[in-house]
Amino acid sequence: MPGLATQIAHYSVVIAIGDVAIRLNTIDADFLEILHHRYSGFVSPAAHAEFEFDVDLLPPPFTDSQVDLSVTQRAGRWVLDRGDFRAEWDPAAGRGSIRQSANPYSIDAVLRIVHTLVLAKQGGFLLHSASAIRNGKAFLFAGVSGAGKTTISRLAPPDATLLTDEISYVRKRDDGYVAFGTPFTGELAKLGENRSAPVRALYLLAQGPENRIEPVNAAEAGRQLLANMLFFAEDQEIVHRAFNAACNFVDRVPVFRLTFVPDARVWEMIG
Amino acid sequence: MNKKLYVARSPRIAARQLGEEMLVMSAQGSTLFTLNQTATVLWQAADGKTTLEEIVERRICSEFEVTPEDAIRDAEDLAEDLAKHGILLVSEIPIPSRDPVLQEQIR
Repeated sequence: MPGLATQIAHYSVVIAIGDVAIRLNTIDADFLEILHHRYSGFVSPAAHAEFEFDVDLLPPPFTDSQVDLSVTQRAGRWVLDRGDFRAEWDPAAGRGSIRQSANPYSIDAVLRIVHTLVLAKQGGFLLHSASAIRNGKAFLFAGVSGAGKTTISRLAPPDATLLTDEISYVRKRDDGYVAFGTPFTGELAKLGENRSAPVRALYLLAQGPENRIEPVNAAEAGRQLLANMLFFAEDQEIVHRAFNAACNFVDRVPVFRLTFVPDARVWEMIG
Repeated sequence: MNKKLYVARSPRIAARQLGEEMLVMSAQGSTLFTLNQTATVLWQAADGKTTLEEIVERRICSEFEVTPEDAIRDAEDLAEDLAKHGILLVSEIPIPSRDPVLQEQIR
């Protein structure tokens, strides 16, 4: 019956991080614009996406990000709940839904969680670390807030490609590990380059009076990697997978402690 | 020791020897533990079929300079501590491997 049906526009954008494409659907053109701006460089022209989420926007009172995050799984369906969003996701069906207000921070949190769950199945992980490509190899710089991730990113020379200053994306391949650029930013507030390279080394950052690189024994490397790894679920399978991913990584990739003076000379030792 | 105790590795724990150290991780709270040498020996020998006394005699007294009496007492304390953290299962009867129902009851 023409004239009685309301035409609702549907918009979508595919965001591909680490070669994992996720389609976000919305009926809000302004929110679509927010997504395009937030994930600039990671918006994929591909029509296919491995996963798809319908985003239902709610009014701003739904915005308390201080409420504890809960990530639970029941019968293969994940529920991600925080004060500012609630998402449900069925990985087998490839579909999910997100309820949040029109802000980029909530969707960012949902994407990080979804990617950690995807990666956990594959032996990969997200890591609190800066990362950069130099001479065709990727280098990870891990540490808690204040350890120097932003500083080492800011000091990167022109021939280094910054993948992220905050959250590194690591996937397992048959012959090792590959780091991908991410749009997950830290203090530098600069999106990483959407590129990838085999991981050559992981550096545990510390600032000190001189530049120094020291080997780290396997157990300490494993502890530090786990301490900096992002995983949100207390699900037994996910925790075990994260643990095994960390142990396998330190078996394959050299881990060093990098103590550095905050100036550009530190990059003379890297690459 | 008046009673026999059997110990088994909890199936809820992921464990890996990295270099000289044994790391174990519990899904509960995503807690990571590093076992010391004695705890590592106990963990590795905890098959649910061998009594704690036998483990102490065969593995601990032979590797560490300690009297059997002290070793048993320390091993009981250690097993109790590891059980509190969900790392080991402790029972007065043998613990069938990978029997989640019985292991849940024992917990």
